[in-house]
Amino acid sequence: MNTVGYTAIVLQVGAVVVGAPLLTGLMRQTRARLEGRAGAGVLQPWRDVRKLLRKEPITPVGTGPAFRWAPLLLVATSLVLAVLVPLISTNTPVRGRADLIVVVALLALGTLALALAGLDTGTAFGGMGASREMTIAALVEPTILMAVFALSIPAGSTNLPVIVAGAADQPARLASPAGLLAIAALAVAVLAESGRLPVDNPSTHLELTMVHEAMVLEYAGPDLALVEFGAQLRLSVLLGLLASLSAPWGIATSASLMAVLLALSLVVLKVMVLGMALAAAEVFWAKVRLFRVPELLAGSFLLALLAVTVSYFLGGEGGQW
Amino acid sequence: MRTVHDVNAAELPKRAEALLREGHRLALVATHHDADAVRIVYLFVSGPPDTRIELHVRLDPARPEVPSLAHLSFPAGRFEREMHDLHGIVPLDHPQPRRLVRHFHWPRGWYPMHPDAGAPPAFGEQEGPYPFLEVTGDGVYEIPVGPVHAGLIEPGHFRFSVVGETILKLKARLWFVHKGIEKLFQGRSVAAGLPLAERISGDTAVGHALAYCLAVEEATGAVVPEQAQCARALLLELERLHNHVADLGMLCNDVGHGILNSHAQRVREQLLRLNHTVTGHRLLRGGVVPGGSALHHLPSHNQMDAIGADIHEIVRLALGHSTVHDRFTGTAILRTEAARDIGCLGYAARASGLRPDARIAHPFAPHGQPTRVPVHTTGDVLARFLVRAEEIDASLALIRELSDCVATGAVGPTATPKEGPRTGVGLVEGWRGTIATRVELAADGALKRVKPVDPSFFNWPALPVALNDTIVPDFPLTNKSFNLSYAGNDL
Repeated sequence: MNTVGYTAIVLQVGAVVVGAPLLTGLMRQTRARLEGRAGAGVLQPWRDVRKLLRKEPITPVGTGPAFRWAPLLLVATSLVLAVLVPLISTNTPVRGRADLIVVVALLALGTLALALAGLDTGTAFGGMGASREMTIAALVEPTILMAVFALSIPAGSTNLPVIVAGAADQPARLASPAGLLAIAALAVAVLAESGRLPVDNPSTHLELTMVHEAMVLEYAGPDLALVEFGAQLRLSVLLGLLASLSAPWGIATSASLMAVLLALSLVVLKVMVLGMALAAAEVFWAKVRLFRVPELLAGSFLLALLAVTVSYFLGGEGGQW
Repeated sequence: MRTVHDVNAAELPKRAEALLREGHRLALVATHHDADAVRIVYLFVSGPPDTRIELHVRLDPARPEVPSLAHLSFPAGRFEREMHDLHGIVPLDHPQPRRLVRHFHWPRGWYPMHPDAGAPPAFGEQEGPYPFLEVTGDGVYEIPVGPVHAGLIEPGHFRFSVVGETILKLKARLWFVHKGIEKLFQGRSVAAGLPLAERISGDTAVGHALAYCLAVEEATGAVVPEQAQCARALLLELERLHNHVADLGMLCNDVGHGILNSHAQRVREQLLRLNHTVTGHRLLRGGVVPGGSALHHLPSHNQMDAIGADIHEIVRLALGHSTVHDRFTGTAILRTEAARDIGCLGYAARASGLRPDARIAHPFAPHGQPTRVPVHTTGDVLARFLVRAEEIDASLALIRELSDCVATGAVGPTATPKEGPRTGVGLVEGWRGTIATRVELAADGALKRVKPVDPSFFNWPALPVALNDTIVPDFPLTNKSFNLSYAGNDL
């Protein structure tokens, strides 16, 4: 069991690390094609990473440890997330630690590190981006918690592998009102957390409208590569988590290597489909006014809250299925 | 059509006040260093009927002081500051006795347009401190942006004083691309002045070239055939078209709705290629020449209809998108009184309930007048979007109408120039608003003085006013909705 479990973890982390920039490339390419542009190709994010890594590292004068450590912390937390979140197998040696609260805390830690780095630069943009990011994060983190809570009630545990395994066994749980509400809330929260439209525009050059990009404006060279890689990792992990929670079918629940390999290809497929769907949807969306973002997120929080409430009311029946 | 009055400095404010009260606006102030005196030309215009009144004030070159008109007209105050920075004319009792054009590192007492200025000196002693107004209070902070921006835009420095995300005050500092265009005109031949006029603001090649040519033609007494005037009116509308389409797209892009921008830019590219067939240049350079026009090819009705249908589709999709519509509505409102006081021109004014349009007020040909000037009164980004969209329709209708009276090939002056008055004024409704150019010729026919005024010079102060109480992330959208020229302003 251990060998297969560890193999699953290695495969999962490997897939996330290699695939995260490719996913971003795929999404950009999808969007470009839908907008009638040629696009830079799926491999462009990897080329960007290579280009940035070859540049000399530069730190702005007056910045301290927060600025220097944030990229590492961001990538580190994202990698730990990539280990913990059940994407391929629910039966891994770390499954006991893949708790919902740990996962949300790790996400928040990465966000916080970047926000502190933005403040550390002392520039108006860093501070502005950090303030906006924190406003959004303060609404997003509880939404993710609540949404997954709603899914955890039928499973009777906040442990993610248990929730996912339970849902894989009993798909009816997901089709319940609570499940659907929770997944809708989670989807909005994932959009906000990963800085996509309609909350943030990842492709803008307008520094005054930026949220995520404003915080990291001062990064250059290898540090920028890490920041971008970290953001790509987070997007992949979040989409993977969304896929596992909303469509867990195919995830390996046993200790069989074949099941793990099958799950790997399935999760890659699911994340690709999700990413392309998101990119396609973004073509039709526009960015909402900054002061409307809290309304959107409050709406998704409400959905999550409703999901939790519904789970309690209908929970008894759900548990007996 | 143009009357000139010599007034002495003391009675200038009284005369100016009377003209402004009669509904004229100050379109241009040009300083001339004549042999015996410093002469300042104030050009007041109104229309219809097309009225142009010049007040000429002569000053002692040893003591070039003139009473300020800033308390009568806001644009006058800005012209006076420009005049001070470039020519060393002192406006007496000016309410804002601060530098405008010359940045603070240029040495004190050096005026580039003064005949004795010589070569630009090394950066020297600063003329006093040059601070930004500091807004203080709980939680007020400053965001400095520019002059170098992300993306391919021109340089300007913006200083936002902000509480939370709400803009309390915005100060725009321009003139980073001061190129000395007025100086470069001096001594050129009329033909050599044309390429310079076309390059005052790259997106307004026709507008500035036409204003320059009209001024030169008045000065030389050249008679332009009707076919050439039609061709010029046609080029003016083609220029309006490609700029407005690009703006519609970029407004959508600034709210994150990129697909409409892709399509607007596609349409713009079609228009630019069409322009290339029309004048041999994508931005329509070379179509307007002194005394006439030079078109290679005319756009077909079918082509223009197809482009019009595409633009309608883009506008329909943009206005039908709830988020886009929401972002445009009520954003950065420029009230009518504010627009009037500032002296706004072009679509910025027409979105705020004013209707200045030089095609109607100062027509240069019997053709080319739009049947309807679109005006909106809300003064927000949506109004500026809608005015552009409706102007596109008006332009398409005009192009269709004008293509009947246009001839291709070089159409030159019909009569040999009779002796003109050696001075001339051109007023043209460029796509951004009314362009005014005043030309004086030397005895040998070379350009003695050319003073172009881009509508951006009038409209720039409106941007900070519109942005009061707007949130910071809406600034790029607002800026794009005004889309003012830095090059045309900074000269």
